[in-house]
Amino acid sequence: MKTPDNLSNLVKQFCQILPKDSVLAKKEQLSVYECDALTAYRQIPRIALLPETQEQIKAIIKICKKLQLPVVVRGAGTSLSGGALPHAKGVLLNTAKLNRILEIDPENRTATVEPGVTNVAISEAVKPLGLYYAPDPSSQIACTIGGNIAENSGGIHCLKYGLTVHNILALKILTIDGEIIDLGGKHFDSPGFDLLALMNGSEGMLGVVLQATVRLLPEPDGRKVLLAAFDRIQDAGNAVAAIISSGIIPAGLEMMDSFTVMATEKYCSLGYPKDAAAILICELDGFEEDIQSQVLQTQKILDSHHATEIRLAKNKDEEEKFWKGRKSAFPALGNLSPDYYCMDGTIPRKHLANVLEEINFLSKKYGMSVANVFHAGDGNLHPLILYDANRAGELETAEQLGSEILQLCVKMGGSITGEHGVGVEKLDQMCVQFNSAELQTFHSIKSAFDEYQLLNPGKAIPTLHRCAEFGAMHVHGGEMPHADLPRF
Amino acid sequence: MTDIRELIASRVKDAYEKGCALKIHAGNTKDFYGRNIKGIPLSLSGHTGIVEYEPSELYITARSGTPLKEIEHVIEKENQILPCEPPHFGAAATVGGMVAAGLSGPRRVSSGAIRDCILGIEIINGKGEYLQFGGKVMKNVAGYDVSRLMCGALGTLGILMSVTLRLLPKPVSEQTLAFPLNTSEAIQKMNSWARTPMPITGTFHDSKNLYIRLAGSRSTIEKCAEILGGYMVDRSHAFWSDVKEQATDFFMTDKPIWRIQVPPSTTPLKISGSSLLEWNGALRWYASETETSEIRRITEQAGGHACLFRRRSGTEDIFHPLSPHLLEIHRRLKRAFDPNGILNPGKIYCDF
Repeated sequence: MKTPDNLSNLVKQFCQILPKDSVLAKKEQLSVYECDALTAYRQIPRIALLPETQEQIKAIIKICKKLQLPVVVRGAGTSLSGGALPHAKGVLLNTAKLNRILEIDPENRTATVEPGVTNVAISEAVKPLGLYYAPDPSSQIACTIGGNIAENSGGIHCLKYGLTVHNILALKILTIDGEIIDLGGKHFDSPGFDLLALMNGSEGMLGVVLQATVRLLPEPDGRKVLLAAFDRIQDAGNAVAAIISSGIIPAGLEMMDSFTVMATEKYCSLGYPKDAAAILICELDGFEEDIQSQVLQTQKILDSHHATEIRLAKNKDEEEKFWKGRKSAFPALGNLSPDYYCMDGTIPRKHLANVLEEINFLSKKYGMSVANVFHAGDGNLHPLILYDANRAGELETAEQLGSEILQLCVKMGGSITGEHGVGVEKLDQMCVQFNSAELQTFHSIKSAFDEYQLLNPGKAIPTLHRCAEFGAMHVHGGEMPHADLPRF
Repeated sequence: MTDIRELIASRVKDAYEKGCALKIHAGNTKDFYGRNIKGIPLSLSGHTGIVEYEPSELYITARSGTPLKEIEHVIEKENQILPCEPPHFGAAATVGGMVAAGLSGPRRVSSGAIRDCILGIEIINGKGEYLQFGGKVMKNVAGYDVSRLMCGALGTLGILMSVTLRLLPKPVSEQTLAFPLNTSEAIQKMNSWARTPMPITGTFHDSKNLYIRLAGSRSTIEKCAEILGGYMVDRSHAFWSDVKEQATDFFMTDKPIWRIQVPPSTTPLKISGSSLLEWNGALRWYASETETSEIRRITEQAGGHACLFRRRSGTEDIFHPLSPHLLEIHRRLKRAFDPNGILNPGKIYCDF
């Protein structure tokens, strides 16, 4: 490996292609980047770079390739799985300064943006045209489109409008070899393999996003929001299945358990029904005439599934109030506990009640509180395990509990991650979901793009060696053998 | 309902060891699509059956040889549809062929492509290994999206063994409206309507008339029809079935048929011959004897690509050429899934 002798040499090289203040190498400058939103994992990068143009990114990648330096690309660092965790020997490439909207094309209903543009900025920019960008992860004020692509982000409205992969039309990708490849376009399908789909959710391991063209949708004609309370979680779960079976696709369908409701009431006091075992928030949108009939139908279904209370938001203020509790669930729970660990498993909806029961059991087994927030419509669970990182062993216990929850999701026919990504966090659980041949396929795909494993190395796909170790952990009942071995 | 997984896997292993090419097929209804290739035929027709169908979960899992009409019949009973409205091109069409070809129908404008409704997939790779990717849930970001990568790969990356597809509720009612408009006017109209929230689920222009399909409740359709004007078309369902199955006069020709994709609002292309438009203008069919290179040049200039869909002489390239870097990545991916190059080699491009 042709590593330059020292850091100052490296700084010098990058200062030749970047403004001086875009090259960060002092410890106090680098500590800003030591973690993303998954704060349990921390690592100072060797050097952090803040390019402002696509040309500068190309020049950076050229140097990284030449020196065989690992590169971790970071947007806003809102990843909940450690996807943007720096590499100790590598470059942290921050795309935040590439935040220009390059083109809005109302005729074709597209926007072309740089990777550092925030998710919400796109919708704000096209609002005067009556258009919007559909995927809306809860971090949308901060998170960037580049990061959304890396993680294939979802959000509350993806049940009806799809994930990031359904809403990206074209990407300009820089490969680690320094070549630019254009994938997709303003047209619908492309010749050859669907590399556009492959890029979404690839966690920054196959290429660097230089530019993205997104699909814009017309704002719906109308919108109604319902809130329903239930005495039994089972009833709420069945109501979700019944709504979907009836032929209604809500724009959003969210569930919160009693613990979460209690926490949000404490946090922002919205008048949610406090005694409920679960509440559902259901948003219906579409053409005004359609919504009217869907509201009636939904109310009937909720009622027949023993909802103890059904509220229909009378105006925009009330709609926002209904949503506010759901959207502040994470900070509300953060207020109750020094730390929380957010899981992201998905399950077929019909198993909801059983899985919640099992989580309840695991919560007691490990002696840790678990709050459940749930994208009910698409089967995406966010159990939040509350713990205190300052107490010895609590993080480890929380991780073990989390691991059991994810294994449960796989057992139920679901997935270990619905929208947060694998990152560094769920590498072990990948061994549960995939066998060696499947993991080897992932490694081969990685090598097809990045032979020397320089882009975000060690993330998303565990080595077969690691999985063998993880398997051994199971056999030995949770005792970790060879604790000194590096595990990536 | 039969499971011939083991048999297929052992035949692939054998072919892998001997390095002999396989030509994968089932109903042969889309055999015309892609380049002509040689290989030992390997049929998936016997690998049939719906493995799992959960109407309330909005998904169906079926073995790849399952006839499309069987799937559509079963989900129809539960008032559900395949969002991508795939063309069959014959009674023997299978769900595996649908995914391998990746050809979507009129509803593409509102409900997405075939790749958009794929949740999970099971394949046998070029070494005879049985692999599963994705699953049954809509949100799943564990590992690279291999499921969608298989869509439109024409069997060159893996033999599709079963697929799990997302379904949609069947619209309460549908209505088709027609508007006498020329091509330029139609392109302009379709794209301005697409910027409104009106539930338009199909658009088609035959050079004289623009047809649009509305879906939703009766009252919604009535309201939209009032806004839009035009005149009502009888037998709406049959009309769109003919569009997707290419049962219109346009396709009864001896001329080469081009499938051209451009940004939807692109003004009419200067290609001689008759044409049809779908997908708000993003999909354009041409029956044209214009030189291949000229057609490719015109579409490229418009920011699109051209595929020689039917009536070709035999050996020429069908799909729009890729840039050298992109082609190289395709070659490497092909090797990752099929190291000995035995799965439908040459079906998309001549060198892999």
